Amino acid sequence: MLDKNQLLRFTTAGSVDDGKSTLIGRLLYDSKSIFEDQLDAIEATSKRRGHEGVDLALFTDGLRDEREQGITIDVAYRYFTTPKRKFIIADTPGHIQYTRNMVTGASTANAAIILIDARHGVIEQTKRHSFIASLLQIPHIIVCINKMDLVDYNEERFNEIMTAYEEISSKMLIKDVRYIPISALKGDNVVNRSQNMDWYSGAPLLNVLETLHISSDINKIDARFPVQTVIRPQNDTHRDYRGYAGRIASGIFKPGQEIVVLPSGFTSVIKSIDTFSGSLQEAFAPMSVVITLEDDIDVSRGDLIAKKNNMPQVSQDIDVMLCWFNNSPAKPRAKYKIQHTSNEQKALIKEVVYKVNIDTYERDIEDKELTMNAICRVKIRTTKPLMIDAYRTNRTTGSIILVDETTNETVAAGMIV
Amino acid sequence: MSKYYLSYLEELESEAIFVLREVWAQFQNPVILFSGGKDSIVVTHLAKKAFYPAKIPFSLMHVDTGHNFSETIQFRDNLVAELGANLIVGSVQEAINDGRVAEEKGKNATRNELQITTLLDAIEDNKVDCAIGGGRRDEEKARAKERFFSHRDEFGQWDPKNQRPELWNIFNGSHFQGEHFRVFPISNWTEMDVWNYIAKENIKIPSLYFAHEREVVWKNDSWIPNSEFLILDENDKIEVKKIRFRTLGDITITGGIESDADTVDKIALEVAAMRKTERGNRTDDKRSESSMEDRKRQGYF
Repeated sequence: MLDKNQLLRFTTAGSVDDGKSTLIGRLLYDSKSIFEDQLDAIEATSKRRGHEGVDLALFTDGLRDEREQGITIDVAYRYFTTPKRKFIIADTPGHIQYTRNMVTGASTANAAIILIDARHGVIEQTKRHSFIASLLQIPHIIVCINKMDLVDYNEERFNEIMTAYEEISSKMLIKDVRYIPISALKGDNVVNRSQNMDWYSGAPLLNVLETLHISSDINKIDARFPVQTVIRPQNDTHRDYRGYAGRIASGIFKPGQEIVVLPSGFTSVIKSIDTFSGSLQEAFAPMSVVITLEDDIDVSRGDLIAKKNNMPQVSQDIDVMLCWFNNSPAKPRAKYKIQHTSNEQKALIKEVVYKVNIDTYERDIEDKELTMNAICRVKIRTTKPLMIDAYRTNRTTGSIILVDETTNETVAAGMIV
Repeated sequence: MSKYYLSYLEELESEAIFVLREVWAQFQNPVILFSGGKDSIVVTHLAKKAFYPAKIPFSLMHVDTGHNFSETIQFRDNLVAELGANLIVGSVQEAINDGRVAEEKGKNATRNELQITTLLDAIEDNKVDCAIGGGRRDEEKARAKERFFSHRDEFGQWDPKNQRPELWNIFNGSHFQGEHFRVFPISNWTEMDVWNYIAKENIKIPSLYFAHEREVVWKNDSWIPNSEFLILDENDKIEVKKIRFRTLGDITITGGIESDADTVDKIALEVAAMRKTERGNRTDDKRSESSMEDRKRQGYF
């Protein structure tokens, strides 16, 4: 077994017609990740509905309502493995009313596939998906120009669309963009190289996914360790043991390092980094470990351990790009529970600065209501300080959610500016 | 390449440990739903790692259909003793005896649906606010829609169309009195990942997973083990086959596959070449295209 293989999480946003489900079906089918009984079930359904051949799109619909209505309502996760990597696909619906699902799927993704129908080129939806990908800071964007078979595999058409896309991506914070001409239906450049597009010298999609360099996407500079829980065995072999359990958010920790516990500001030195399989000489993100300290100081859930010479900002006032997820709009100066790493506090939305129009990227300072799927820049005040970094440098310490305490629902997610 | 990266199994393990620690921090009385199957064994192993050097802080809860493989019960009791954990058993047989549920009738009767009542009763009686399960999203299409932290209302029901959005690694476990959560730490694992992990960590699993000779009957396209609970008719033929099980559940509905794989490594190789899903051998999932979704809505595992 190739046990040093990495995990790549990617998201695909798209609507019913642009061939997203067909593309996922194709990736799974050609990489032999669809099982016979699943294929049998899809075949039976395709036949019952009078479809020609096997409708690979049916594979991605999970709930009964989705199968009946032929639409994707919710994020679905798909898995496949090749000899080079394991993949997790967050398959999200692309309609405007499902912005919240696109954001959800994008939040953990290393890469995003943006599908463009070669006949239609860059449309509003393309802009919307790209905006969300850039907002959520997905490190790699793969623009798949699909249905090339319907434009006679024309190179000029491909170049036209590429130029149009470069124009919109240049306005956003997107680090790495690649373009691939494909036909998901016919299988061109998905898993296998196309015989129909000699002019394209790049790799097919699966090969790109297998070789994207993702190790360098992790922040290795800013050491951040949010404490989840305290481990106190109180048994004979570990009578005085007191360890802090958590998952390293970013950076590298080593025994002997001088650290600071926030928000208290107490300092100490790392005594050991422990795991079930033994103590470590160094640990890095995203490892789950237990840290013990030389000094007996007060540390509990919600605290953050950082290095003395590299600390996050400790603040009660935070600027956030907020996506609203709930049918009930936010009430003015409403109070919520805020969750940030393992820290929970109360928070107040003090001000909505502007709303973003996700089709034109313009800022609206007239309509600033936080309604379902709205994306707004807001100012939040918390009851106690949070230890924050900008989302663009740290996805873990730069993200928050808001919970409505009257319903317990997650009503919003935010990226710290 | 940089040395500062995790392999996919290490990353999945770290994610699961993170989730288990969140459960411990966010809930008052969490339990692990323990079936004796490989997935709940892996979850229990991960919990052991997550809280080391402290002992596992969760009770194990087993919903006993009364139609057990004796090996499963033996394995369960040994593991509980080894961990020093507390065991809670919810009995379907008792629920039948008490008239809480009625046994299905007919040749294809199973106790699968009856487990729902017993599970929900056990959760309520023991004031459990979080039940940790070994469910994986690759198992079944309704499960592909599950959250890591999945809310259940006061009737134990799942509302798949009204789930809380789940972003990054921030989990919202807020709930009202009487409601509970189901949490799935190995959501992102596939069957293959589970086997590779069992091999890597050298985790003990029940002998039923390894190829062995057994009396079986061919039913619903798989080899159903002969047992005192199996209702046979004159057309059913008992044969002896070398089989192993891909999943373990109620003995009357868990089908085996013909196999020679008698080590974890051989099983992993066999699974890699497998062309059918593991639940393809579960007659409970074959009742209709949405049978899992329907059961999950009511409160199933």
